[in-house]
Formats: sequence, structure tokens, C-alpha cells
Amino acid sequence: MTTLPSSAPERRARTRPSAVAASRATPYLYLLPALVVYAAFMLYPLVQTANYSLYEWKGFGPATFVGAQNYLDLLSDRAFHAAIWHALVLVFFYAIAPTAVGLVLASVLRRGRVRGLGVFRALIFLPQVIALVVVAVAWRHIYATDGTLNSLLGALGIHSDIGWLGDADLALPAVGVIGFWLSTGLVMLILLAGMLRIPRELFEAARLDGASAVQEFFAVTLPSVRGEIATALVLTIIAALKTFDLVYMTTAGGPGTATTVPSYEVFNRAFNHKNVGSAAAVAVVLTVLVFLINAAVSRIGEERDR
Amino acid sequence: MRVSSTERILNYVLLIVFAVFATAPVVTIVLTALGPQLGVATGGLHWGNFADAWAQGDFGGALTRSLTVAVVVVCTSLALSILAGYAFGTMHFRGATALFCLFLLGLMIPAEAIVIPLFYSFQSLGLTDTLWAVALPQIAQSTAFGTFWMRTQFRALPDNLIEAAALDGATSWPALWRVAAPPLVPAISTVAVLMFMWTWNEFLIPLVMSPSRTWATAPLALNIFQGQYTADTALMSAAGVIIAAPIVAAFVVLQRYFINGMLEGAVR
Repeated sequence: MTTLPSSAPERRARTRPSAVAASRATPYLYLLPALVVYAAFMLYPLVQTANYSLYEWKGFGPATFVGAQNYLDLLSDRAFHAAIWHALVLVFFYAIAPTAVGLVLASVLRRGRVRGLGVFRALIFLPQVIALVVVAVAWRHIYATDGTLNSLLGALGIHSDIGWLGDADLALPAVGVIGFWLSTGLVMLILLAGMLRIPRELFEAARLDGASAVQEFFAVTLPSVRGEIATALVLTIIAALKTFDLVYMTTAGGPGTATTVPSYEVFNRAFNHKNVGSAAAVAVVLTVLVFLINAAVSRIGEERDR
Repeated sequence: MRVSSTERILNYVLLIVFAVFATAPVVTIVLTALGPQLGVATGGLHWGNFADAWAQGDFGGALTRSLTVAVVVVCTSLALSILAGYAFGTMHFRGATALFCLFLLGLMIPAEAIVIPLFYSFQSLGLTDTLWAVALPQIAQSTAFGTFWMRTQFRALPDNLIEAAALDGATSWPALWRVAAPPLVPAISTVAVLMFMWTWNEFLIPLVMSPSRTWATAPLALNIFQGQYTADTALMSAAGVIIAAPIVAAFVVLQRYFINGMLEGAVR
């Protein structure tokens, strides 16, 4: 999402839009259906959400205009603070840790010519295609008191009867591990694709200079995949911030508020507590956060081109 | 580049460890699905779990609804994105950059930011719990991505292709369908596969937009099922397998489209 279209010279807009276009209106006619649907069901609701966030409203009856009050309330709202903190913890599990591990794995794989990479690629990619609700069912079973994880620990001689998702201290890292499981394969494949595009001569030159594998990694590999690292971070950070279905199906934010996240708070406030204005304010904060992260991380990726 | 055999073996070990990590939860859920239900002590593989889960969770209905929503979303979004991508990718016009940025914005808007007003607007129109309430927001999302994707594809076509069509006397409509679109069929298939998967797996939009569950798609049906059979992990897992199976089967057959599509779509 870093590339913007190279703007067509404005002069040409006065001539025909393309060789086959009947008139200057032609491109707009092709755009119209997509634009109408997109504006009606995404842009307009986005503006509406911002509007709702300025009101106190129960979802029915009269709405009271309260200005910035919903946002000011968030400043001292413990549940909201907890949700933001949890989101940051999940960013570590969904994005930071997978990128670190993915870098190591991908650079190791790039060096070796491995047979059957296609099969491995497909297996490692599998978590990406399964619905998160199904992922949640699988991991609930793994984390259950009589589940796979405790059985595995038992086989290693460690007795454990922890219900991992039901423990206030362990539930968030437990959800985080699911995120790590989801992200790592995708991140690794993005980075590997980037690394396979690095010209061989660069590595050969580094080798002639007597660089070790580690030096080669920092001198050649890492700078070359800066853009891919940025992409991987943007995708996974946003996935972490939007982790609604997984939380809804594994812990419903609990125990207590141990695993609430902003996206869960949006749903919970709007549809369980009928506090629509506050929910909309959380949604706006979440959206701004996503936009800012996109802008910031894309900038890191672009610097390689300068 | 020469790689020592130790390093090669290490590579395989790493890959195998990771492949096991990635697939273990999937294997776990399949094995659990084949295990005994609550109160059933016998061993062996319990294929009957799938039939029981299917019947008790109304998964026939849920899969039909999912398929209906997905077909409507994919067909509509594809048509809209091809038209918009054609305009952005092959034509010059005033405001092209600004309009395209507007579509790019859509790639970042989380569903959480739009569902609240969508729900209340549809409710006041009496449209919640309809196919349209579930499909239209997803059509908008898929169209944002699809337009971005199709623009890139149309721009990658050779410059003189459209001009050649013009020399043959074609106007923009036949030039699109007879000249520009046919070479893009693989790219169109890829984005169709991605749109299908996203729609099939979507949870928040059907959850919010169909409060009485008339249009509960497969993931929602699993959620309802969970409420009733929380303790019975075998039935729950069987239900999970039923819902994941169509996409996993598609993935196995079309994995090149899935993986390349997601990687290309990602590295934008």
C-alpha cells in the first residue's frame, strides 16, 4: 500500500481518456457502480461512526449530543486502557515475534536449496485459510484442562491441570500464542519471497569479502528486505488490532477483562451494553490507530528507495 | 552457491518443525472430531460425529447460506472491480489519483469502524436479517481490494493493446471484454479465490447484521453450536471441520492461487 499512482499529466485529461473511450465521461461511468457501493457501505458508515461518537445514545430513543465527552471518558476508562494494553501485547505476539522468527527462518531457507519447498509452503500457510472461529475451537481444545497441551506436559512428566484460557494471567499470552501461530508462516513467506529477489551477486560479493553468515545477514539480507519487513509488520499489526473473532470465540474478553481488545470493546459496548456513542468512539480510535500504523510503517519501507 | 550437507539437513529439520507447528492444531481438531462423544467410551474412529454435528447444528442450512452470500459477494465485487480497475488502469481522467486514494483508504478501514451505523441504518429500513444486510458491506470491502488489484493488472497490460483495439474500431466496452480482460483471467481467478475465502470466513458482519440469525453463515452456526455443546469437544470439533473443509479443500487444489494472491496482494 506504499505505491501511489503516478499521476497522469493533467493536460491529457482534456483529450480523450483512452484510445477506445467514447467521451470524457467514459471512465467515470466505469467507476460509478464500484464507487456508489463503496461509498454507501464503507465511506458513509465510517463518517456516521465518527458522528455517533459525539452522541450519547442507547441504540433507540433520543440521542444527546455530548461533543468530545465520549473521548474524554475513554481517557479515564480502565476497561479501555486494559484493551489498549492487551492490543499492544498482542502486537508483540502477532507481529514482532513472528517477524523476528520469520527473518531467521527465511534467511536460513534462502541459503539452502530445499526440495519440496512447495509442500512446506502450503503446510506453513494453512493457518491463514482456516476461519478464525474454527481456529478458536481447535485451540480451546489444546488449552483445555484435559486438553492437548496439558497431556503433552504430562508426557514430559510435568503435571498440569491449568485451564490456560481461564487463567487471568495466562489467558492473554495464550491468545497471543494463537496469533503467533497464525502470523509466522505468512511473515516467513513474505520475507522469503523478498529474499529470493535479492541478486545473487550481492551474496557472492559479501562472501568474497569474507563475510560470515551472520555478517551477510546484516549487510545484505536485512537491508534488502526492508520493504517486505514493513509489509509484514503492517499486515500483522493490523491483524492484531482487529483480532475480534478469535477473542470472541476463545475467551469473550475474559476471564474478567483479561483479554478484551479494542475491537471486542467496540462490539461489547455497542451491542451488549447499548452504549453506542462510546462504542463509536472506540471504533474511531481503533481506525485512527490503524491509519497511523500504516502510515508510519510504510514510511520505514519506503526509505530504502531514497 | 554451495551449501554444506549439515546446513541442508538443518534446513529440513527447521522446515519440518515449523510445518508440524503450523499443522498440529489442524491435526488435533481432526483427531478430536473423530474421537468419542461425551459419555461414549468405545474406541475407534467415530465418523458418525460429523453426521450428528451436521444434523444438530443445521450445518446444511448454514453452508447453503454461506455459499449464497459468498457467490453474491464474489460475483458482484468482481464485476464492480473489473469495471473500476479498467478505468483506473487504462484511462486518463481528472481526479484519477484522488479517487484511487479513496479506494486505497478502504483497504485500511476495519469492519469494526462501519458495522455500528450499518446495523442501525439497515434496522431502520427493516433490512437486517436479509441477504443484503450481510452481503452489501462485504461487497464494499471486497470491491475496495478488488479495484486496487484490478488496476494493477490492467496497468501491467502492454500499452498498445488498447490502441490496437481502437484501430480495429472497438469502443471501450468490447475492448474491455474482448481484448483487455481475457489475458487477465488468471489474475481475476486469484482475486476471486481470495474474496471467496474472506467472505466464507467473515464473522463480525453476519454476527451484527443478522441478529436473529436468519442469515447465520457457517462461522456463526459454529458459534451458536458452541453455545449448546460447549462440553462436547468431539461434536464441536466435527462442526469445526465441516466449516473449514470447503476452504481447506479449495486451498489444497488451488494453493498456488491462494498463496501467490495473498503474497502479491500483501506486497503492494
